[in-house]
Amino acid sequence: MSEKETPPNEHWVFPKWHNKIPLIFFGVIGPVVTIAAIAGVWYYFSPKFTDVGYTPEQPVPYSHKLHAGELGLDCRYCHTGVENASSARVPPTQTCMNCHTQIKTDSPKLRKVRESWIENKPIEWVRIHKTPDYAYFEHSAHIQAGVGCESCHGRIDQMVEVGLAEPLNMGWCLDCHREPERHLRPTSEVTTMGYTDAQRAEFLASDEGKAAKESVNPPQHCSGCHR
Amino acid sequence: MSDSNEIYQKDSIFPPPLVGGKHDFHSVTEAICGVVEKPLSINWLLALGFSSTFLLMLVASIGYLFWEGTGIWGLNNPVGWGWAIVNFVFWVGIGHAGTLISAVLFLFRQKWRTAINRFAEAMTIFAVICALVFPGIHVGRVWAAYWMLPLPNQMAMWPNFRSPLLWDVFAVSTYFTVSLLFWYVGLVPDLATLRDRAKNKLAFWAYGILSLGWRGANRHWQNYERAYMLLAGLATPLVLSVHTIVSFDFAVSVIPGWHTTIFPPYFVAGAIFSGFAMVLTLAVPCRKLFGLEDFITLRHIENMNKVILVTGTLVGYAYAMEFFIAWYSGSPYEGFAFINRAFGPYWWAYLTMVSCNVISPQFFWSKKLRTNLTVTFILSIFVNIGMWFERFVITMSLHRDFLPSSWDYYSPTIFDVSLLLGSFGLFFTLFILFLKFLPAVAISEVKGVMPQADPHWEGYAHKEAH
Repeated sequence: MSEKETPPNEHWVFPKWHNKIPLIFFGVIGPVVTIAAIAGVWYYFSPKFTDVGYTPEQPVPYSHKLHAGELGLDCRYCHTGVENASSARVPPTQTCMNCHTQIKTDSPKLRKVRESWIENKPIEWVRIHKTPDYAYFEHSAHIQAGVGCESCHGRIDQMVEVGLAEPLNMGWCLDCHREPERHLRPTSEVTTMGYTDAQRAEFLASDEGKAAKESVNPPQHCSGCHR
Repeated sequence: MSDSNEIYQKDSIFPPPLVGGKHDFHSVTEAICGVVEKPLSINWLLALGFSSTFLLMLVASIGYLFWEGTGIWGLNNPVGWGWAIVNFVFWVGIGHAGTLISAVLFLFRQKWRTAINRFAEAMTIFAVICALVFPGIHVGRVWAAYWMLPLPNQMAMWPNFRSPLLWDVFAVSTYFTVSLLFWYVGLVPDLATLRDRAKNKLAFWAYGILSLGWRGANRHWQNYERAYMLLAGLATPLVLSVHTIVSFDFAVSVIPGWHTTIFPPYFVAGAIFSGFAMVLTLAVPCRKLFGLEDFITLRHIENMNKVILVTGTLVGYAYAMEFFIAWYSGSPYEGFAFINRAFGPYWWAYLTMVSCNVISPQFFWSKKLRTNLTVTFILSIFVNIGMWFERFVITMSLHRDFLPSSWDYYSPTIFDVSLLLGSFGLFFTLFILFLKFLPAVAISEVKGVMPQADPHWEGYAHKEAH
């Protein structure tokens, strides 16, 4: 057959199997790819995956488990700003040396602390919990309202090295701002570790707890935090 | 040209034919496909180069905007909405003519739409693309643009469904989707024509895939006609709804000069007005350059000029009513907003708007002027300018708000200008590519309105057999 008689395009149609392309694409490949993409983004892009568990190595192997857990130091002994300032504050070397001029004065683990004290140079701790600059966060407001340390920081008393326990993303903040009663406790109990749901239920049933529920109205509008 | 001019200017009870010259079905195909099949000309390449230079300017300006933020625009404290919204409304408005021609005129069986619907629809899609650029970039932080859509996110943040700005996102994206589908469905039979005529493998495969295996079978035509009718029905309410919702961006606020119930109809009339002006701005030179005078005849041009006359007069009526209500309402703030519009610091913009939009279409009362191509072309450009200024005047209501201490004057920066010119670059680049690679006139539809398509056409042999 010569090209002149029947040009290749003249009667060309798609082969029959092409009818299956929409079915394969919209029925099989499309849903699988879409579901995989949604599930993948949902899991792997979430701050629960990317941020929680961040445990950097600190310059000094300070154990919160030992100090806050076994020895029972109150959080506020070192984190002095927590009740009346926006920042909880990381303690200066001098706070460590209040005790360590007396106890374990020659421990090799404390060498850097002593050096820092002698040279009058702060220890460069690595920051773990950080809200972005555009989010206004005030520790004192949360402490005064009766939100316990462990609600955001987890069981510090069981951590040898401190890691990020909660995702600290905006949705996580809002979860509590929408239902604060799930995290309230008497202000005298804010630093308690292992506060149980039964204790909370008892508190919320008391007059003091009812008053707290009434008075705590965390903002949910944009400028509550993005001032 | 001269003798065909005479046909259209002669008074007759019969309208002139929709397809001029002596055409049969084959010569229609040849004339329209010929535009696509001819080798690339130097002039086409020059035009593409020229418009894509402006497109490049758009891309560079947007890049700098993302780097630096919206501070590169002339925005100030009372005028928080600048040229970005002006350009957005301008481009969305232009899109309306395409939908009106393709959907509304189709449902009303206006056969003259067939010659212009294809490229009016293309113009719609390209105009809406230009429009979508501006809400996308005006947020400044483009990586946050997805906040406009209701997508679950780690911020537990959800769009505010009471905001007209959100309705706008849905209105314009729906409009774009439906317009694109409508345009594409209409293209399928013509793409198959181009596939069957393709001389090289690339064109054959490209048109072959795009034409979805169209063979012109009876069943294909039945399904096609049904789908086209359904899409026309879907698109028709969009002609009214999209610009209504765009007008809500302004009307739902409480700014004097914006908070008026006349806005939705006034915006829709303005949109159709500007859209037809843009169709004419494109059609008058294109029909000449690509030899499509037999299809886009003076009858088409005249009809479009009549639409411009009607909608232009409607827009003029709306301008007058705004002033009347400002006085009649007895609200001193409303009154001030309008006195300030006409006689305040932006009097020059108001004057431009009124003279371009109200005075210039009035020339079309004369049949001689509305069938004159030069006059049509010049006036259509005036209307385009006027309609840009209308959106500018409305947006600049912000410059003197309730607090005289914060009154200010908006001056555009070089980046405001480069983005506007750049959006024209995007529009014309897309349009020039369209003219070269797709049939600019709906081949199959034009054949349907020719006398030969009528079963009782006297050229058929069976007539003699009676």
